Amino acid sequence: MARASRPVSRRQAWWLLATALAASAPLAPQVPLWLSITAGGIFALRAALTWRQWHLPPRWLMVLLVIAGTVGVFMQYRTIMGRTPGIALLVVFLALKLLELRVARDAVATALLCYFLVLGQFLFTQTIPTALMACLTLLVTTATLLAAADDRPSPQHQLRRAGLMLAQALPFMLLMFLLFPRVQGPLWGLPQDRFSAVSGLSDSMSPGSIAQLSQSDAIAFRVQFKGDVPPQSQLYWRGPVMSAFDGRTWRVTRKRGTYSEAPYAVAGAPVDYDLTLEPHGQFWMFALELPGTLPANSALTTDYQPIARQAVRNRVRYTQRAWPEAIAGATELPRILQESLVLPSGGNPRIRAIGAEWRAKLGDDSTAILAAAENFFLQQLLIYTLNPPLYGADMIDEFLFGSKRGFCEHFAAAFVYSLRAAGVPARVVAGYQGGEINPVDGYLVVRQYDAHAWTEAWIAGRGWVRVDPTAISAPGRINNNFAAAVPAGEALPFLARSDLAWLKELRNRLDAVTNGWNQWVLGYNPERQRDLLSSLGLKEPDWRSMTAVLSVLCGAVLLGLTAWILRNRLRVDPALAAWRRFTARLSKRGIEWRTWEGPLDFAERAAAHAPTHAVTIREIAGLYARLRYGPAPDESDLIRLRTKIAAFNP
Amino acid sequence: MRLPELEAILADINRIILGKERPIRLSLACLLARGHLLIEDLPGVGKTTLAHVLARVLGLDFQRIQFTSDMLPADILGISIFDRDSGAFHFHPGPIFTQVVLADEINRATPKAQSALLEAMEERQVTAEGKTRALPQPFFVIATQNPTHQIGTFPLPESQLDRFLLKIELGYPDPAAERELLAGADRQQMVANLNPRIDPKNLIELQDRTRAVHASAALIDYVQALAAHTRTSPKWQAGLSPRACLALLAVARAWALLDGRDHVLPEDVQSVLPGIVAHRLRPLEDTARTDADAVAAALIEAVPLP
Repeated sequence: MARASRPVSRRQAWWLLATALAASAPLAPQVPLWLSITAGGIFALRAALTWRQWHLPPRWLMVLLVIAGTVGVFMQYRTIMGRTPGIALLVVFLALKLLELRVARDAVATALLCYFLVLGQFLFTQTIPTALMACLTLLVTTATLLAAADDRPSPQHQLRRAGLMLAQALPFMLLMFLLFPRVQGPLWGLPQDRFSAVSGLSDSMSPGSIAQLSQSDAIAFRVQFKGDVPPQSQLYWRGPVMSAFDGRTWRVTRKRGTYSEAPYAVAGAPVDYDLTLEPHGQFWMFALELPGTLPANSALTTDYQPIARQAVRNRVRYTQRAWPEAIAGATELPRILQESLVLPSGGNPRIRAIGAEWRAKLGDDSTAILAAAENFFLQQLLIYTLNPPLYGADMIDEFLFGSKRGFCEHFAAAFVYSLRAAGVPARVVAGYQGGEINPVDGYLVVRQYDAHAWTEAWIAGRGWVRVDPTAISAPGRINNNFAAAVPAGEALPFLARSDLAWLKELRNRLDAVTNGWNQWVLGYNPERQRDLLSSLGLKEPDWRSMTAVLSVLCGAVLLGLTAWILRNRLRVDPALAAWRRFTARLSKRGIEWRTWEGPLDFAERAAAHAPTHAVTIREIAGLYARLRYGPAPDESDLIRLRTKIAAFNP
Repeated sequence: MRLPELEAILADINRIILGKERPIRLSLACLLARGHLLIEDLPGVGKTTLAHVLARVLGLDFQRIQFTSDMLPADILGISIFDRDSGAFHFHPGPIFTQVVLADEINRATPKAQSALLEAMEERQVTAEGKTRALPQPFFVIATQNPTHQIGTFPLPESQLDRFLLKIELGYPDPAAERELLAGADRQQMVANLNPRIDPKNLIELQDRTRAVHASAALIDYVQALAAHTRTSPKWQAGLSPRACLALLAVARAWALLDGRDHVLPEDVQSVLPGIVAHRLRPLEDTARTDADAVAAALIEAVPLP
């Protein structure tokens, strides 16, 4: 092929350099630093080679460089398989390929490699900026491919043409995205070397662990309610339930059973919602208390917490129903009640004494003990703060009777301790409380700083009852938000502050866009596809009918685009149509009309071939020439032309 | 219907310059299209006679400037000379202040002198010593140049060549015409005896009529298709410029008028195309002398009529 072996021009070399830079620069944070520097050096070398028009390095050197690059990547990762090593290797190859741009074939190969690297970016992040950046790179790469075919047009011209081509491809892309039969699970979920550092609740709670989260405004999950949004004070998002206490740290009990469906006595009205959980690397799936239905691939623990069968490493979306007024655990297993009474063997003598006192005075009446405990907490005048002092061995006593300053984990821990000391089963529940409605799209956004800890006490006849000791001392935390409850002057995450309204507004809008992207682009899974197709009238879509619809729609778009491009050619001049009939008739006589030949010239030639018809031929050609090229074409001339051609029979 | 005065003009010229109907028609078309003409040919084939006859039958003033390598712009444009009687400078107009200028052997002069002429051609006025003087109307330059491979020539750059609407060649006459020439009367005498067929006012009217010849959308499509082909095809170094397209359309209009039509046909465009591309398209392969007719034919046959 002559085209494939045409040498690469300087202009094409500049194009390819720009494309390689655009394709590999976004990957710089993913590959090791030495590789970024090496690739940058090679790009600079390539620029110098193009600028000075030096010779390309010899082939033996290129072979050595390829081996060196591969070995370097292998030394870095101890493998060349997998996501990051694979991408690193491709970056090496792309940079080196620039050094052996000799003929057009090399240019095309480089451009195709750049396309692949654009895809590679999505193995790391799938955010909107990544997608926009990828679109830009796609444009440059396509323009480069055009320049590889013909480098004479100006860069603006190439970019415009590439943009037009991509715009023409856009409808097909959308159709493919919406209709191509999807496989379960996101394409990007391949390797598991992500989530090395995600913040979120853990399965244990020690003083300060939740206060730490309160400094993060990362999003934990988003909720879309199907009906009215319940009041703020009812939004308890249940997370890990902790019963085991060693005097300092609360932990989830290891030996828990699971229910396959919720064992509650249902009461009151349910709350339905869709929850989109950000990946947090743990098993639990947050749900409004008390969770009624279960997400797919999950089970309900005996302490009423939905847990996934696999750690949540990808964004998941599930539909849930909550029963805020359900009665849970009216007939609780004795083993669980037993666990909920255990206290460490020593320590905290003052609260133990008070608990024993309630027990002695009130006996088995756990309702009265609970009321006494609540009353006690109220009278202690505890202070809710982000910066509690460090407590020593008897941390509960020090908190309740000493400095009285604590965050929600102190409140919950102290409350459960006091109830257990009085012989009432109780446990700590961690999770999130509240959230904020984004007015832009109506989603409730729950952020890390909404993390909270509260308690549950078991009352005979009523089952597990939620008590939030923080609400007793600092009702603002529950009724408003956590910023309102914290004393003025304490450091708050930016978004929790209420005085930066414009920033909040901006953030709300951005978040709504991100959420839409997550819900409809990244979260477009088989279920969403099925929903969309059934709402379009395609019942029970399977891959066959989807492929059929896809083919039909792609064909329709193709036809539409073709018609758009040909719209000028389709509008044939009637005189030209008549002329074509005339030339077709003459071509049967062996007189072919050459497409570049003017009508009068053709008439002379045809007349010479068929002298008997010379007069008619000249007349017809004259009429046609006047109709097609003359000023103000005359309708009667057209009729005469048609009549003459109809009667013309050489 | 063909215009009788144009037919008469052509007949007069053809009587004196024998066997050159096509170049003569093209040069008249060039004049009607308000352009300037470049003739590249060997000495002695009748360039001067053609210019002289044209001026004569059209009733125009005629001047001839012989370009030489020591020529200065003032030799063309004119010069101010101190008049001792009146005690002031008086401008003595150069030979360019006329209606038909024959610029003979233009590529013998230095670029400085060449550009003086070419600027006057473009602006149709002369600026000397701070004063701008309009050239007479109509104003028509016929420049001749020797084939550029001859010794002692300064080839005109492409941008200057583009200012000539058409470039034609006269060539040797065929034997029959040459025989008639040799046997016939003295050409100079014949020119001197010629009577003008029209006056300058009529000529300006004819130029206006040329401009009014209709070019339909289909025809403009064709001109664009031709230009587009020269711009994308790898055969040529550079394509036809928009100015070249305008020139093509203008000459084709004149050609149609000479044929007695009020609209342009593709045939008109094709007939004048060699004169348009001869000095504007340069094939990539053979950079030496190229035959304008062959270049135009290749272009015509590559572009179907829209």
